Amino acid sequence: MEDLLTRLQEAVVNGEPELARALAIQALEAGIAPLRAIEQALSPGMQLVGARYEHGDYFIPDLVMAAEAMKAAMQVFEPALLARQEQRRVLGTVVIGTVEGDIHEIGKSLVATMLSAAGFQVHDLGVDVPAGVFVDKVREVGADVVGLSALLTTTMRNQEVVIEALKEAGLRERVKVVVGGAPASAEWAQTIGADGYAENANEAVDVVKQLLGVQA
Amino acid sequence: MRPRLQFLSPETIERILSEAYALLEEPGVRIHSDRALHLRAEGGARVDFERQVAQIPPHLAQQAVETAPSSFHLYNAAGSPAVHYGGEAVHFDPGSAAIELLDAHTGRSRPPVTADCVRFVQLADGLEALDAVATSLVCADVPQAIADLYRLYLVLLYTDKPVVTGAFGVASWHTMKELLVAVAGSEQALAERPRAIFDVCPSPPLLWSEITCENLMDCALHRIPAELVSMPLAGATGPATLLGTVVQHTAENLSGVTIHQLANPGAPIVWGGSPAAFDMRTGTTPMGAIETMMIDCAYAEVGKFLGLPTHAYLGMSDAKVVDAQCGLESGIGAVLGALAGINMISGPGMLDFESCFSLEKLVIDAEIVGMAKRLVKGLVERETPLGLEVIRQAGHAGHFLALPHTRRWFRAELFIPSPVIDRDFRREWEAKGSLTVTERAARRVEEVIAAYQPKELPPEVRRELEEITLRAARAAGMEYLPVAESKG
Ligand code: B12
Repeated sequence: MEDLLTRLQEAVVNGEPELARALAIQALEAGIAPLRAIEQALSPGMQLVGARYEHGDYFIPDLVMAAEAMKAAMQVFEPALLARQEQRRVLGTVVIGTVEGDIHEIGKSLVATMLSAAGFQVHDLGVDVPAGVFVDKVREVGADVVGLSALLTTTMRNQEVVIEALKEAGLRERVKVVVGGAPASAEWAQTIGADGYAENANEAVDVVKQLLGVQA
Repeated sequence: MRPRLQFLSPETIERILSEAYALLEEPGVRIHSDRALHLRAEGGARVDFERQVAQIPPHLAQQAVETAPSSFHLYNAAGSPAVHYGGEAVHFDPGSAAIELLDAHTGRSRPPVTADCVRFVQLADGLEALDAVATSLVCADVPQAIADLYRLYLVLLYTDKPVVTGAFGVASWHTMKELLVAVAGSEQALAERPRAIFDVCPSPPLLWSEITCENLMDCALHRIPAELVSMPLAGATGPATLLGTVVQHTAENLSGVTIHQLANPGAPIVWGGSPAAFDMRTGTTPMGAIETMMIDCAYAEVGKFLGLPTHAYLGMSDAKVVDAQCGLESGIGAVLGALAGINMISGPGMLDFESCFSLEKLVIDAEIVGMAKRLVKGLVERETPLGLEVIRQAGHAGHFLALPHTRRWFRAELFIPSPVIDRDFRREWEAKGSLTVTERAARRVEEVIAAYQPKELPPEVRRELEEITLRAARAAGMEYLPVAESKG
């Protein structure tokens, strides 16, 4: 049984989604509680991956594949958790997307990947997302954080538009807003009344943790 | 003999093309524009309007390549051909659309404003090495809804060189066209002697967003040249293998040529791009990476094979200040691009992954451009015999400096740099203040701007430009245009 958890952790660390899925199924069949598998295999696996990246041994594709492996295993565990009326501990729920009029995707997706790897529940709305869609999703999932990406000086204004829309919907007090993308800055975040700004994906994880008061 | 850089054998080019044609058929290209989808359907592509996907049979793309012209010119304000897109011509223009300017006084980057943009245009106008001016700075002191057209307005006021530009939206393209028509005199004059070319960027992989697709077709319909800027990022939005990325670039550009030529066969179009390597540690898009340059030179070979004019973003750096990294990356890129015979190389002045512009870098890059252009002129057989006669004439005394032969040839043989490039004796250099290249560049920026001659734009044209821009500004909520504090 321990062996199964070790192998699951390895599948995450090595970034093997198919194997991770298969091992997750085996773990459930062997009677391992899903919560235990998550906490003893998936989470430490992702931590190891993060450490290797920090250390310079791992690169972004390694991170992304590890996150994929984790996701594959979670798809197996989530229905089991639901059936047992258990919940995995997530650090918080994040809604993220690139604002309306802007189709730059890479940076936003990287931030989403790093946040989910760090233990957040992430809902990625994609690109060219109208303010109303952000608002609806925040309400639907009870998000703690909204991440707004904009890569163009012409679309960064729409980050402010989303903040306004959140206010109008009466949700602004309930949710932290972080902004990012090439033209954004800490000053810009302040100007439009966002709660945080991050220059890159690693910093984004730190900023979100800080805003939610979970230790980095 | 002209020196030449070559990465691809004819067999490899054939393989790249056949894979690219196969991609256009399956999975096809996503096109977020009904106008373009209809054109494709009429042209014979299989179109799924629901999913907005066009599957293009090879013959349709090949036919588009056939109807696209192999060469055309951009014209200066006086109506003379000044840039030749085609053949082995090599030209340079500054990099485009920076969100930041590296401020020489503070050493920090900040959003540029109107006065910066005017200084930039005056500088680029005065630097002989630059064959065209680009709309390189996005001004922060106007509503962002007009930021794209406002830069074109300033460029048209302050230079008479040809212009490389691009629109950030569907509607603003039309205002930009109005500005160009105002200086050309009429739509027809603009089509006959285009002053400017528009960059249009497909989104990797294999997508034409509504904005860029509409821009592309509008350019075709009005016969204003368009430059296809496909930019797969190797390993992020394209294959990690460099040749795989060239295949994707080829497919995206071929789809662009097809949309464009279906809209208006024979309209001028350029095989350009801005692909890049992807830094797997930081997640940035290094324009100064050697692999970025290799992809660029290779796709240009594909474009040449197809008989199309070429373009690339090279001569840029990812450094944050004007330092040694900045010089080495810009130098390598410009030299390789010139050796690849790319018709228009955009990049001088650009730092920080295409996001920050430096006037000092532009001045240094102008020297690099001068050297690169000299390089591709190659070693010329000036006379026969090559040296036998003059060496005998000088004899063992060897006073070549005193021979008429030297005066006759040295100007043709040497690229003579400005004082930005230090060739002083050490004492002399110290006496002048021991200046670094960046300090010398800062001086030259001021010198060139001080020597700027205002352009003789007819008053009614000036007024029309202002009216068009002001109208757009008012629609975006700005009553008056910023005043440029400048003598121009
Ligand atoms: C790749 C690219 C594209 C690709 C995007 C492909 C894709 N699928 O995403 C394509 C070709 C589609 C494209 C299109 C255009 N682009 Co573009 N593009 C770029 C480029 C070269 C790199 C962007 C990138 O992906 N970087 C890599 C990622 C990893 O970095 P990142 O996005 O910055 O994200 C990091 C941080 O910013 C941060 N972050 C990002 N989002 C968020 C969100 C949150 C919440 C947080 C906390 C942090 C955060 O963390 C990320 C990870 O570390 C930039 C240049 C640049 N310096 O940014 C130009 C650039 C942004 N583009 C530019 C332009 C002009 C355009 C076009 C208008 C060109 C045209 N005329 O067609 C179109 C716009 C279309 C549209 N409506 O959106 C300009 C913008 C100029 C301006 N003044 O606004 C730039 C600066 C290039 C230039 N100088 O010309 N582009």
